Amino acid sequence: MEAVRRMFRKLWFVARRERFDSELGEEMAFHREQMEKEHRTDGLTPESAHYAAARQFGNATRLQERSHEMIAFQFETVLKDLRYALRQLRKNPGFTATAILILGLGIGASTAIFSAVNPILFEPLPYPHAGRIMMIWEKRADGGPSHPNFATYVGLRERNRSFDAIGAMKPWQPTMTGPAEPERFEGQRVSAAYFRVLGVSPALGRDLQASDDQFHGPNVVILSDTLWRRRFGGERMIVGRQVTLDDNIFTIIGVMPRAFENVLAPSAEIWAPLQYDPSLPPDSREWGHHLRMVGRLQPGVSQNEATSELDVILQTLAKIYAKGYAGSGGPSSGFIVTSLQDDVTRGVKPALLAVLGAVALLLVIACVNVTNLVLARGVQRRGEFAVRAALGAGQTRMVRQLLTESLLLAAVGGALGMIVAQWGVRGLVALSPPGLPRAAAIGVNAPVFAFGLVVSTVVGLAFGLIPALPAARIDPQRDLQQGSRHTTAGHRVTRSALVVTEVALALVLLVSAGLLLRSLHHLFAVDVGFDSSHLLTMQVQESGRRYDKDSDRLRFFEQALEAVRRAPGVSSAGFTSQLPLSGDFDVYGIQFEKDNNGKDDDREGALRYAVTPGYLETMRIPIRRGRLLDAHDTAGAPKVVLINQSLASRKFPGQEPVGKRVCVRCDVGPNRPWATIVGVVSDVRQVSLEASDVDAVYLPTTQWYWADEELSLVVRTRGDATALAPAIRKAIWSVDKDQPIVRIATMDRLVAVSAAERHFALIIFEAFALVGLVLAATGIYGVLAGSVSERMRELAVRSALGASRGNILALVVRQGMTLAGLGVVIGLSGAVLASQAIAALLFGISRLDPITYLGVIALLMGVSVVACWIPAWRAARVDPAITLRAE
Amino acid sequence: MVKRPELLPGTLDLLILKTLARAPLHGYGIALSIKRLSEDVLTVEEGSLYPALQRLLLQGWVKAEWRKTETNRRARYYTLTASGRKQLGLERSQFDQIIAAIGRVLEST
Repeated sequence: MEAVRRMFRKLWFVARRERFDSELGEEMAFHREQMEKEHRTDGLTPESAHYAAARQFGNATRLQERSHEMIAFQFETVLKDLRYALRQLRKNPGFTATAILILGLGIGASTAIFSAVNPILFEPLPYPHAGRIMMIWEKRADGGPSHPNFATYVGLRERNRSFDAIGAMKPWQPTMTGPAEPERFEGQRVSAAYFRVLGVSPALGRDLQASDDQFHGPNVVILSDTLWRRRFGGERMIVGRQVTLDDNIFTIIGVMPRAFENVLAPSAEIWAPLQYDPSLPPDSREWGHHLRMVGRLQPGVSQNEATSELDVILQTLAKIYAKGYAGSGGPSSGFIVTSLQDDVTRGVKPALLAVLGAVALLLVIACVNVTNLVLARGVQRRGEFAVRAALGAGQTRMVRQLLTESLLLAAVGGALGMIVAQWGVRGLVALSPPGLPRAAAIGVNAPVFAFGLVVSTVVGLAFGLIPALPAARIDPQRDLQQGSRHTTAGHRVTRSALVVTEVALALVLLVSAGLLLRSLHHLFAVDVGFDSSHLLTMQVQESGRRYDKDSDRLRFFEQALEAVRRAPGVSSAGFTSQLPLSGDFDVYGIQFEKDNNGKDDDREGALRYAVTPGYLETMRIPIRRGRLLDAHDTAGAPKVVLINQSLASRKFPGQEPVGKRVCVRCDVGPNRPWATIVGVVSDVRQVSLEASDVDAVYLPTTQWYWADEELSLVVRTRGDATALAPAIRKAIWSVDKDQPIVRIATMDRLVAVSAAERHFALIIFEAFALVGLVLAATGIYGVLAGSVSERMRELAVRSALGASRGNILALVVRQGMTLAGLGVVIGLSGAVLASQAIAALLFGISRLDPITYLGVIALLMGVSVVACWIPAWRAARVDPAITLRAE
Repeated sequence: MVKRPELLPGTLDLLILKTLARAPLHGYGIALSIKRLSEDVLTVEEGSLYPALQRLLLQGWVKAEWRKTETNRRARYYTLTASGRKQLGLERSQFDQIIAAIGRVLEST
């Protein structure tokens, strides 16, 4: 405490340096005058009194300097230390370059990772009072979140008191036509309060109002700043301009600010009101679970309070709209309210935290390595320090000199690190999984720079202090007498401990990387339920008035499919309303006909696939029982449905499901649209590679209640799937050239993307683990090499007394392997702990997977043996005659 | 040149603190006071007085302010602070101990 106060006093003096100087000058002048006066009263002449006083007072400048030293931070000595440090580092370029390189990599890697992680995990979202913005999900029976429907949204919006405002949204991809080329935009249909919930208002024009968000309300749109600049040249008179979207005229009412970051749909550039039907007719889209809800909590209301209020409201709604809820699979069991920040970052958080941990380990390994280098050099510099101590350098003075050197190293390493970070960030963004939120906010900015600075300083102090402390306890007499031949045992223990640490940390990184690698192998070995090779996928959307009628829509898809099938290189093709692993998720309520006991079955939800004949065949989804859908299952034909294996074995254990009846999205009442199960097909991974066993039903596009506007095309190709994309697009456009085709990707690509997050973590872990391994190996090598040259004499004596080369080789290797073994043992417990941290990223293996652990230990030991071998070999070649004579 | 007896190392701070304990003084006054009270045996070198005063200021044991002297000259007066008074007590007792210890050694036969 006192030290802190003194520090502040000192700073205060330094800040008032000029004042201090003039005051001191005046004070001393006063002193001299008084002395002069004294001498005069003693009888001296004024002149000689003046000289006497001046003589007695001494060198005024020197005196002032000494007073200065008392208060100043000794800038001059710092500069001297720096110059000396620079000379020392230049004298030993090998050491300097290695240390700077290691530090640069360590600091650069951690700074790059921090820059990626900071906007996602640590910075608040770029909205006012972002902590109050909540996502509201309906809760499924199994506790998981599901998309809310419009009816629930309206009910909550009108009845709740917990939220300032609640908004709902869904994706929207309008196609703009006009004089210029048609362009399809990513956008959102949002309720009027959407931007109010986020706390952002348009920079130009006005926000959406309640009167915009009416059923059959006005066609108005708000543009993003980028779209406004790109398509409309940043024209300030844009408000009121009309554009044609999907054959309808829309009026532009506003432009969002440039800084507006839409984390809920980062690629959205255009927004229009939702305009659902508030009368909530049963069986309408108002009951479809496809919206997202976001709300701004009232100040002082907690998440839990809000959740329980919404849960109570839902019970009321379920009574009022019993019919509507029944048709949509029943009301959900409640709500899940999570902060927007958590919601947005949830998917990537485990990977990011793991990566952050990995880089911290890497940084520590780098530090330990450099510390070891510095210690090794300290041994060589004992003579130098002894001379300095003998010449009167104090302990603090020497520690300061060493710290200056390490901080200088860290500063240069940090500068290199910032360059590494610049590159690293670019690499990270390129590698990052597609769902990475706020990717635009990632970059080397002020907080990142500050982070790099702090890390460099801490690192410099860390690897500076450890070697500096023993160096300060130098005994000049001993060290000067014995030169630099001997080293203290304590020194060697420190270095060995550091190597053990390094090996242990490297093991932790290697085990984590190994577990991730094996997880990824397991993940890619998962049976997705279809054959993803040679499959090209794309989404075909219908836009425009010409497809207002369902029959026209169906005909378009039918004709497009015909055209695609005729294209060269295509072996088969089909359409589906939702494509596996593409992010599509479309669940409807299903109900089986009364079972044998005569009681009504529970209602439940299942994935609905509206497919054309040929889809299941093209995907090669295996059929287990019955038949597939074919051209005879038309709109007028008896309703048929396929169910998947998990649904079949759960609902009909030991029974024949084919022939049973089920209704999908059925209404309460006597005239249920029952469909007959005609077949059972294998399970397919829809959501992700790891989530399995979701119930699913397949039915013909022609027998669904409406014709979907967007269908995904799957094409099995004979050759390279990617190469066929242009031909297929051309085939579809030969039917109607105005229909947008999006999301073109091979199925293999979709499979890879669904594991992207793990892949991202894996690449980083692999890189870090590799660097860690190399650093640990050089650490072992360095310590052994040092120890061998220190023990040259001892080894020579041993060999003179009859130790064979093999004996000496074994001696040194044993010394090194003891360190490695100790590191492995300590590292194992660390690895077990670390595996807990990455448990969320593992798949298909235990976090204690013995193969990984054994493999990593074998690898680490193998590398250690190599690292030991070189010094050992050198030791074995010691010629006792030469070595001993040299003494 | 007559060699004056030197101050024992470390006693300058103690003397300054003690001198200021009686009344606030300027630098010259401190030097003069020590000289007089020691009956011209102890002379405080100006070369060590001012750095010592800076050191005491830094420790917070004294504080300085500009005042007018009796002859209406501006001079910097140093005053003992509360923590300075505590320090004085501490140094005083340490000093006494050392003197007593030295005495015991010298008087041993």
